[in-house]
Amino acid sequence: MARTYVTLEEVAKKLDLTNLTPEIDLSQVKVYHRAINRPAFQLAGFYDYFDNKRIQVMGRAEDMYLQTLTPEERKERFEKMFSYEVPGIIIARGIQPDPEALELAHKHNVPVLSSKHTTALVIVEIIRWINQQLAPSETISGVLVDVFGEGILITGASGIGKSETAIELVKRGHRLVADDVIEILRVDEDVLFGRAPEITRHLVELRGIGVVDIKSLYGVESVREYSPIDMVINLEEWNGQLSYDRLGLNEEYQTILGVDLVKYTIPIRPGRNLAIIIETAAVNHRQKQMGYNAAQELCDRVSEEIRMRNREENQ
Amino acid sequence: MIKKEIRIELAKGLEARPVAVFVQVASQYDSSIFVEYRDKRVNAKSIMGMMSLGIAQGEKVVIAADGADEAEAVKGLEKYLTSKE
Repeated sequence: MARTYVTLEEVAKKLDLTNLTPEIDLSQVKVYHRAINRPAFQLAGFYDYFDNKRIQVMGRAEDMYLQTLTPEERKERFEKMFSYEVPGIIIARGIQPDPEALELAHKHNVPVLSSKHTTALVIVEIIRWINQQLAPSETISGVLVDVFGEGILITGASGIGKSETAIELVKRGHRLVADDVIEILRVDEDVLFGRAPEITRHLVELRGIGVVDIKSLYGVESVREYSPIDMVINLEEWNGQLSYDRLGLNEEYQTILGVDLVKYTIPIRPGRNLAIIIETAAVNHRQKQMGYNAAQELCDRVSEEIRMRNREENQ
Repeated sequence: MIKKEIRIELAKGLEARPVAVFVQVASQYDSSIFVEYRDKRVNAKSIMGMMSLGIAQGEKVVIAADGADEAEAVKGLEKYLTSKE
């Protein structure tokens, strides 16, 4: 389930903000918007198209402007902005607001927080973090492993050997992210991240043995909290009737949360070493990203051979 | 065991993609199937072997099939090789 809001308390904790209005309970303040607003226009009196549901971030520009006003004017401007029920105000660069402004904030129940960082940094961090928190999400079944830095989602029918494969990969030096239940977040237009629910984090269920704790059995280096998802490997019972991709020229895709992931279907048969197949798929995928495609290279070589032969014959 | 000489009609000859299809067709039969071309003899079910031949359109190969479904195998492969696509 995707979250629809974050609390200001979480924002404050994440960005290491100081609450200048401690009497206001930040855990009760909900932020539904992913963007922020810099309230310079509003402080100057212009309220058309005011995004009052967004966190308001004030920096040096707002502060310099406010300094040009008389204390009465400042009070008036703040009073007006606070009356729009903004979720909260963050003042960057450690700038201290007037005590009168804080009093007004308290009166209107608008939290005021302070950051010692630059305005730009505060804005980037808030937007990045809120977007991540409110990212579209989905829970799917499978195993997520990090193989040579490639996030590989292993899918397939129950009992086909996903968990066993994950453990073998861990023993070969790769890292487990999640077994069985994977929470997937779309953190960017085309970037998916996966992680395990906290309850089952780093646990793997092995048929016949039960639940094992990968982190405590094989150490911290064998696990990862979360990882991007770069490709899907679907394990399937070998079916003589089906033909499997022999060249790798045509790519299949699986769409998760609107993101197309390259998908390889691997037929399972006794004696096939899945861990090695998956490692090879991972490095091959990486090589493709770097611009070299072995299947294409073979294609080119064969075509070149045929061209040469045709030329010979025409002479 | 049947042997048959076949002229390749595929527009692009046996380039990589047509080879992949050819191997797929050959794999449907239980007979052992070989392709003879110039001085080479390659298993028709081996993708790398078939790729290594590099046969152009208009060239001739000999298909040799041996097994219970040898006749169907030669027929099926001939049908593919002589299709224009």
